[in-house]
Amino acid sequence: MTAPLRFHYDIDGENFTSAGEASVKVKKSLRQLGFPQEVIRRVAIAMYEGEINMVIHAEGGWAEVTVYPDRIEIVLCDRGPGIKDVELAMQAGYSTAPEQIRSLGFGAGMGLPNMKANSDTMVIDTKIGVGTTITMTVNVG
Amino acid sequence: MENTVYNHSVSLNPDKCVGCTNCLRRCPTEAIRIRDGKARIDSSRCIDCGECIRMCSHKAKKAVYDRLEALDRFKWKIALPAPSLYGQFNNLSDLDYLIDGLYTMGFDDVYEVSRAAEIVTGYTRHYLTGKNLNKPVISSACPAVVRLIRLRYPELCDHLLPIRSPMEIAAIEARRKAMREHPELKKEDIGIAFISPCPAKISFVKNQPENDRTEVDVVLSVSEVYFELISAMDAKKTPEHCSESGMIGVGWASSGGESTALFNEKYLAADGIENVIRVLDHLEDDSLSELEFIELNACNGGCTGGVLTVENPYIASARLAGLRRTLPIAGTVIRHKDDEPVALPDEYVPGAFTYLPAKTLGETVRESLDKMAKIERIYARLPDHDCGSCGSPTCRSFAEDVVKGEVTEDECIVNMRTLIEDLAKKIGKGEGI
Repeated sequence: MTAPLRFHYDIDGENFTSAGEASVKVKKSLRQLGFPQEVIRRVAIAMYEGEINMVIHAEGGWAEVTVYPDRIEIVLCDRGPGIKDVELAMQAGYSTAPEQIRSLGFGAGMGLPNMKANSDTMVIDTKIGVGTTITMTVNVG
Repeated sequence: MENTVYNHSVSLNPDKCVGCTNCLRRCPTEAIRIRDGKARIDSSRCIDCGECIRMCSHKAKKAVYDRLEALDRFKWKIALPAPSLYGQFNNLSDLDYLIDGLYTMGFDDVYEVSRAAEIVTGYTRHYLTGKNLNKPVISSACPAVVRLIRLRYPELCDHLLPIRSPMEIAAIEARRKAMREHPELKKEDIGIAFISPCPAKISFVKNQPENDRTEVDVVLSVSEVYFELISAMDAKKTPEHCSESGMIGVGWASSGGESTALFNEKYLAADGIENVIRVLDHLEDDSLSELEFIELNACNGGCTGGVLTVENPYIASARLAGLRRTLPIAGTVIRHKDDEPVALPDEYVPGAFTYLPAKTLGETVRESLDKMAKIERIYARLPDHDCGSCGSPTCRSFAEDVVKGEVTEDECIVNMRTLIEDLAKKIGKGEGI
């Protein structure tokens, strides 16, 4: 049995410009591992959206990516404000991003829907005032 | 693998290489290792950007290009000056002197690459109006950028502009003109020499890429031609020949020139290989759908920043701006009837920009996973200084090299020093080893 491979990334909430770095690193590793391009693309988008969300809403957090031969698991965890209404947040176009973030072109309300669309399973565990943990799986093949 | 047999123009003179880490740490694709005290280039990763030539303080890295004598075997010699050549000369007030100088040097004809650049501009404008394009369209004029995208960005390959570069189109048109005006010439009598600002163009020509072709026979460097051309230019004589370039074509020499020529404000122009990589990383995650065109140049300032040029790129660009002021907007215009679609001639269509994937760690995903787990374990033990003293550019790449069996972990001198210090302390305390 091949032991799963785990990557840990700290997402820096102070530095907006660094958002997306973990996604690039994951992509490079998955390519070296020889996963199909479509799988890599889905993981990269799911990661990227998650990272941006953490930086916009939660002052950062951490991400853990576990690589199995048949699937990739992504856990994104933050100590942010939590999501008030998950169902509403999952709707395309719904956003609580502050105005200055939107003026940068982010906060279009596509983050969670894109994560959902690019993963095979997605579980959101959120508590107001405590934080949010999102677990996604992308299956290979 | 097809990309491992790539012949690079960037090469090393082992006698001059002292095994320092200057090039190692600046290589944007981590293609260099120092082994047995000398730099070594992994040709499957090298994109011929020339950064290592620029960085080498011992002049051990050089670009291999043709000498002027390489043209001796041709009856009819044609010069293709890159637009960046025009910015190299102090006090050059009129391009006609430069064109005349090339004839004086012994060329039988001159076809300015800037003219071909205007042809590319014309077709690009039409291309951008097409439907179902993968936007933003990325310029394919810089061969270092094209190779970088083909090696590292599989999803961006089909964003590359499917029009051959100004150099190639200039060569096609120059040959056609020679055959037309001199029917006595055979194809092999004609020698077309591109005067290149960079090693990337040289590599493109020398490799005759398997799914592409080149019309250029000889590649000279701007720096090689520079001194001969200076003495061949005569300011006192009224030039016999005229430059046929417009400001659009000459503008291609500097970053932003290709984009502004499109008269389309939705563009981005980035230059310098590190900046190019940042833009491409970003583009892969975020489609930048508000943009129509992306111009990327591996060198700072654009082609004027090529490592085979003589002048500082910003000075060269300033001079070009001065020269451009007296030029018509464009010397070459793609004309067509309003109701007819503009079709790109077949000979202007480049080979497909296919993805050239890098080697994976193992044969299967499982084997790769095992290897990466080993890499992670080794990496965790390393100091993460990225000092390069082991001969690998980063601690991470060193860990990979260890697992690949190229080096052993004890070559990390930072860890080795700690080990020796610990031993020394133990001996000092009389604990023995």
